[in-house]
Amino acid sequence: MESYVLITSDVTPATSADSVANSLAKRHRPGETLIQGFLFLCGGISILTTIGIVYELGKEALLFFRTDSVTLTEFFTSTKWQPAIGNFGIWPLVTATLMTSSIAMLVALPLGLATAVYLSEYASEKVRSILKPILEVLAGIPTVVYGYFALTFMTPLLRGIFGDGTVQIFNTASAGIVVGILIIPLVSSMSEDALHAVPRSLREAASGLGATKLETALKVVVPAALSGIAAAFVVAISRAVGETMIVAIAAGAGPKFTLNPFESAETMTGHIVRISGGDLSYDSVDYNSIFVIGLLLFFMTLILNMLSRRIVARFQEVYE
Amino acid sequence: MSLYPEGDALLDQIGGRRRRGAIWRMLFLSATIIAILVLIALLYNVVNSAFGLTAVENKVDPAALAVDGVPLEALSKEQLTTILAAHISTGLGRRLEREQLFFETSTVFEDPALFNDLCASVEPPAACALPARSQEDIYQLVLERVVEPNVVQTWSLADSILHRAAVLTQAQQEFPDAEISFRSWLTLAFITTPQSSEPELAGVRTAILGSLWVIAITITFSFPVGVGAAIYLEEYAQENQLNHLIQTNINNLAGVPSIVYGMLGLAIFVRVLEGFTSGATLGLIDDSTTANGRTILSAGLTLGLLILPIIIINAQEAIRAVPSSLKQASLGLGATKWQTIWHHVLPNALPGILTGAILSVSRAIGETAPLVVVGASTFITVDPSGPFSKFTVLPIQIYQWTSRPQAEFRNIAAAAILVLLVLLLTLNATAVYLRNKYSTKMV
Repeated sequence: MESYVLITSDVTPATSADSVANSLAKRHRPGETLIQGFLFLCGGISILTTIGIVYELGKEALLFFRTDSVTLTEFFTSTKWQPAIGNFGIWPLVTATLMTSSIAMLVALPLGLATAVYLSEYASEKVRSILKPILEVLAGIPTVVYGYFALTFMTPLLRGIFGDGTVQIFNTASAGIVVGILIIPLVSSMSEDALHAVPRSLREAASGLGATKLETALKVVVPAALSGIAAAFVVAISRAVGETMIVAIAAGAGPKFTLNPFESAETMTGHIVRISGGDLSYDSVDYNSIFVIGLLLFFMTLILNMLSRRIVARFQEVYE
Repeated sequence: MSLYPEGDALLDQIGGRRRRGAIWRMLFLSATIIAILVLIALLYNVVNSAFGLTAVENKVDPAALAVDGVPLEALSKEQLTTILAAHISTGLGRRLEREQLFFETSTVFEDPALFNDLCASVEPPAACALPARSQEDIYQLVLERVVEPNVVQTWSLADSILHRAAVLTQAQQEFPDAEISFRSWLTLAFITTPQSSEPELAGVRTAILGSLWVIAITITFSFPVGVGAAIYLEEYAQENQLNHLIQTNINNLAGVPSIVYGMLGLAIFVRVLEGFTSGATLGLIDDSTTANGRTILSAGLTLGLLILPIIIINAQEAIRAVPSSLKQASLGLGATKWQTIWHHVLPNALPGILTGAILSVSRAIGETAPLVVVGASTFITVDPSGPFSKFTVLPIQIYQWTSRPQAEFRNIAAAAILVLLVLLLTLNATAVYLRNKYSTKMV
């Protein structure tokens, strides 16, 4: 008689599949965890960078205000910056920065926006493929080269037009114009992106109602993209405020409280470069003072950049 | 009376609108052309200064130094040394001889016995270990120390070509002794000789090597970290406050002015981590350079932090562009998350990542302001020997030469700008080449 042996097992087929799944899901993979940890650290370095900037700049700024030589009120109200005799009023540096940035924006806004409108609304695909790379080349040139250009080309040009008597060798006008040229590609490429995002149907509707190309561009497309363009302008201002080498080379050395664009003046960034390029002893008032300027610069550009992102975020809500 | 114009009035109105359209179109086009004109003006301005006529006055006419009709450069080593000995002081001669001997077996300025003693002493002069100077070396010495060419005036390339006759007559009146010749400030010698206080002898060798060293450190630091952060943010990060903060923070860091990074580098790398960045902790401090943390390493890490956000943002875009079907297929076949990323996501995103990285590196090469703050050396003639050396880079060199009042320094600044632009152009061309090569392969 044949006997059957019943093989029994604790594990039924169904539960066996579960346990396989369980064992796979819960298997400890130290390698994977390690890699994920390392990648997280890489991301964390950016946070550390920000903390480092705020902490180091803030620490030196505190040391600066703790010395007897300056009070917070004097710093924000005085119009004299003469570290040698203990005058630390930020205004001469701020006005010079505002001057170069305003001149830069006067150049970059109309030219950048007009370039963007041309590239986005008028230019054929072929023309675009030639013009875009040229603008990119302009954006890729190091700022020190622009500084050389400002000093050896723009300044003599201005002096030729307005006369050697009115225009000093170092002046904020020349530096500002060249900073403007530097940020044209930034304004034009960001504005062009905004113009591109305007739905095609709007253009077609305008054309269908009999609008000319210009009327479509200026009365429909540009207003529709306005917040994107505004964001581009704000980013451009922040770029102009933080620009260093052009103003360090062409705007002049020595803080001066003036609103004449043809006189020399020193911007915040220019001052930092000049002071730190010389023989700088640590823990001196001079050393601390450039960190205060740096902190101010950091917050100015941070606020502008956040503002720009806020504008863009609102713009996306409207159009999607 | 109709609300809208009719007949001729309508045609007039349409004609007017079309004219306005055409005028504005021209305005838009000219704004675009201005940008191109500026680029041309910029290049013209640089080239114009980098080449041109120069008036050079020699302290001693080389023709007067010729012996028996043989020109100076063809004279033998012995004859050249005799000329040198006749024109320079014994003190200077001794110094030159201690740097490097003139002849293998005999000495010219030093007393032979004394010199042998010197070589046997605890600190022997450099000459004891070096071979003797060649004829070419001594010829250069004669030029530098005896002939002493001095550039008295330079003219731009445009003047040199268009008003050549006027320039030549003016030069003959003002500098009758000077030799007028066409000079390219950008020469092979300019690229291979170190910095000098004489513009006509100065070169960018130290600056080029410095730039390469700094960039090597920058890439080593920021490429792996940047790509790592991008992978984390795109593949691992969950939607939570912390990761949102990291992303916002990276976007904001990309807009921080470069000079602020310079100050961060000065505070952290140069001062707080001085022991590490000067090499003291590792016992690698270089005796000849007292850099105190103002080293290639500090500069490279500072620039690394500067371009990190740009690398991360570009890499994120490249990783996001990889089709999710690829990832799902890999995960479906049982690959782990990291295996999927390493074998499928990264290879496909690589062209995009590389292009972004090269573009940010070309930005780092052109950066000047943060390195001034970190403490680039103003005058340095020794090649950098490693991460713990003092440094200067090409843009710093251009900045310093541009800031000098003398015209000749503008000329060499222009030549250095050409070197920098060629370097950047090469890098960008590589980026385009890589992008094209790999994107055809992958798709």
